[in-house]
Amino acid sequence: MIELVSKDRCVTCDRCVEACPTNVFDRGADGIPVIARQSDCQTCFMCEAYCPTDALFVAPTVTPLPTGDPLRNEDHLVATGLLGSYRTGLGWGHGRTPGSRLAVGPDLTPHKESSHQAASNGRSCSPCRLISGR
Amino acid sequence: MIDILDLTADVLVAGGGPAGAWAALKAAQAGADVILVDKGYLGTSGATASAGTGVWYVEPETEAREAAMASRENLNGHLSDRRWMARVLDQTYANINELATAGRYPFPILDDGSELRRGVQGPEYMRRMRAWLKRAGVRILDHSPVLELLTDPAGAVAGVAGHRRQLDQPYRVRAGAVVLATGGCAFLSRALGCDVNTGDGALFAAEVGAAFSGMEFSNAYAIAPEFSTVTKTAYYNYATFYREDGTVLEGAGSQRGRSVIARALLTGRVFARLDLAGETVRAAMRLGQPNFFLPFDRMRIDPFTDRFPITLLLEGTVRGTGGVRVADEDCSTGVAGLYVAGDAATRELICGGFTGGGSHNSAWAMSSGTWAGTAAARHARALGPAAKRRRLIATGQAGLRPTGAQLGTHHDVVRAVQAETHPYEKNYLRHGDVLAEALATLDELWTYTSAHTRGPDPVGGRQAAAMVAHARWMYTAALARTESRGMHKRLDYPDTDPTRRHRLLVGGLDELWTKADPVRPHTPLDLAVAS
Repeated sequence: MIELVSKDRCVTCDRCVEACPTNVFDRGADGIPVIARQSDCQTCFMCEAYCPTDALFVAPTVTPLPTGDPLRNEDHLVATGLLGSYRTGLGWGHGRTPGSRLAVGPDLTPHKESSHQAASNGRSCSPCRLISGR
Repeated sequence: MIDILDLTADVLVAGGGPAGAWAALKAAQAGADVILVDKGYLGTSGATASAGTGVWYVEPETEAREAAMASRENLNGHLSDRRWMARVLDQTYANINELATAGRYPFPILDDGSELRRGVQGPEYMRRMRAWLKRAGVRILDHSPVLELLTDPAGAVAGVAGHRRQLDQPYRVRAGAVVLATGGCAFLSRALGCDVNTGDGALFAAEVGAAFSGMEFSNAYAIAPEFSTVTKTAYYNYATFYREDGTVLEGAGSQRGRSVIARALLTGRVFARLDLAGETVRAAMRLGQPNFFLPFDRMRIDPFTDRFPITLLLEGTVRGTGGVRVADEDCSTGVAGLYVAGDAATRELICGGFTGGGSHNSAWAMSSGTWAGTAAARHARALGPAAKRRRLIATGQAGLRPTGAQLGTHHDVVRAVQAETHPYEKNYLRHGDVLAEALATLDELWTYTSAHTRGPDPVGGRQAAAMVAHARWMYTAALARTESRGMHKRLDYPDTDPTRRHRLLVGGLDELWTKADPVRPHTPLDLAVAS
């Protein structure tokens, strides 16, 4: 669930208020978005992806974290490289290569290397989809 | 009281996932004035946006197409239709190529300079679709869930009414035609991106007389880390599954052995480790779908070397194949002015009773969206300007206009419907006795909801009612299919019954009905039987 809105990083652009598909944020009086309905957060990480300044952090857990949990601590998240890590993974942001350009996923059926090569002619294994659904 | 926002359009599209986006784009390209409304935000809303998906993109070569169509027919219980599969393959091929050029989607570039166009990353895909729709002149209303359809006095669909939830403002759109692309229903299970998919469109469609097909194929469950929402079952093809004591859970698997996992989860925890993935595969997974690693990286778990607890999250008719019955090739519904696309529609035509992954669903979304959007534009044009002067009749009932005194909240209803749909022992490992008991509870819940549920916010009440209705169609169809076929497995009828190779229609609101719907003969199996 969404756990952090960094006051220092936020540029009050309202992108997260707009982009959150389950309407978790309200506009705060000072412009900083408020986590108004945390229980509606579906932990989809999309607000993080849309935040231009990496001011948001979504913990992967589906229940709120206790006060004092390191994943609610901005300094810890910066130090561990977790803050903004989804945007890095997606290749979103100035000067980055869109992750979709590089998104050649694995074959979805574990193969023995040789049979895969035979089936694939050096490209892709035809019964498999390289990038898949769930 | 804030004034109602009153708008008119040729085509109104409800839902901003891939199906709705393609429907809006194609209606606009056909010359229609289009409004798209979404419960959330076009770009992040729905099962695709936050994930990644393969696309059933097959080169137009006879042999490859033939293999693509044949490959799934055994799994899907021979309920798909090759004519529809061929149409979807053609349309998907065209749409993906258009996405690459006009839509400017950045596909991976291979060593020979060609692009790999067999999959998309959800966030990038839907971001590009939004930009493309704006260029095409589509008006987008985000955070504006539809609450009900509006019809003319003759019963033709003539618009929608809804609620702009960030402004707390009601709205109404008069339209010549409406496309429902509201997704399937995952019963607020927290499966990745699916909490906006509460089956609202199915309820709207039923209220104007549309029927459903394939609702028994509604027991899809996806693997996710126990603490998390991130479902990506395909990557678990590389997993070994374990009991809590570290012994291997024999027979468990991401594809065929998922029911083994469900059974084990009834009595204890199950763990997974992606220990079949070598270095190359590990790196490819990270590139293929970065969000898969968010739960692991953030919880300091190495999924390739650590055992981590897993769960199964209900994906209902998002990953199942049931939905509004498609009446014709233009994705009309049999109700004048109403079209349906994506997961809101049945996907049996190409998937039968089973979808293993997103590939077919994403192909269906863009193909059915294209057909529904194009046909809706044509319908609106044929009606002409008179379409916008029709007297409008509100059709919303349960959750919106209770027949009795308001009691309780929609949260109570949601909890009650989840208690009948989420548990593996009810919905996944199906047995007639258990289904019948659950259905009886749901019938009572429907009567209660129709009479007493409203709000506290109008959207929540409607969602709750939609989920109850959905669950009743699911279990009514599941009880009527007294066999195992596709993903619908009955413990009391473990075999496939050759005399029941037909689709199953279900409909109604207070009183439900079912009816067999024959599959048109077309497959090699038919030919073998005929010869």
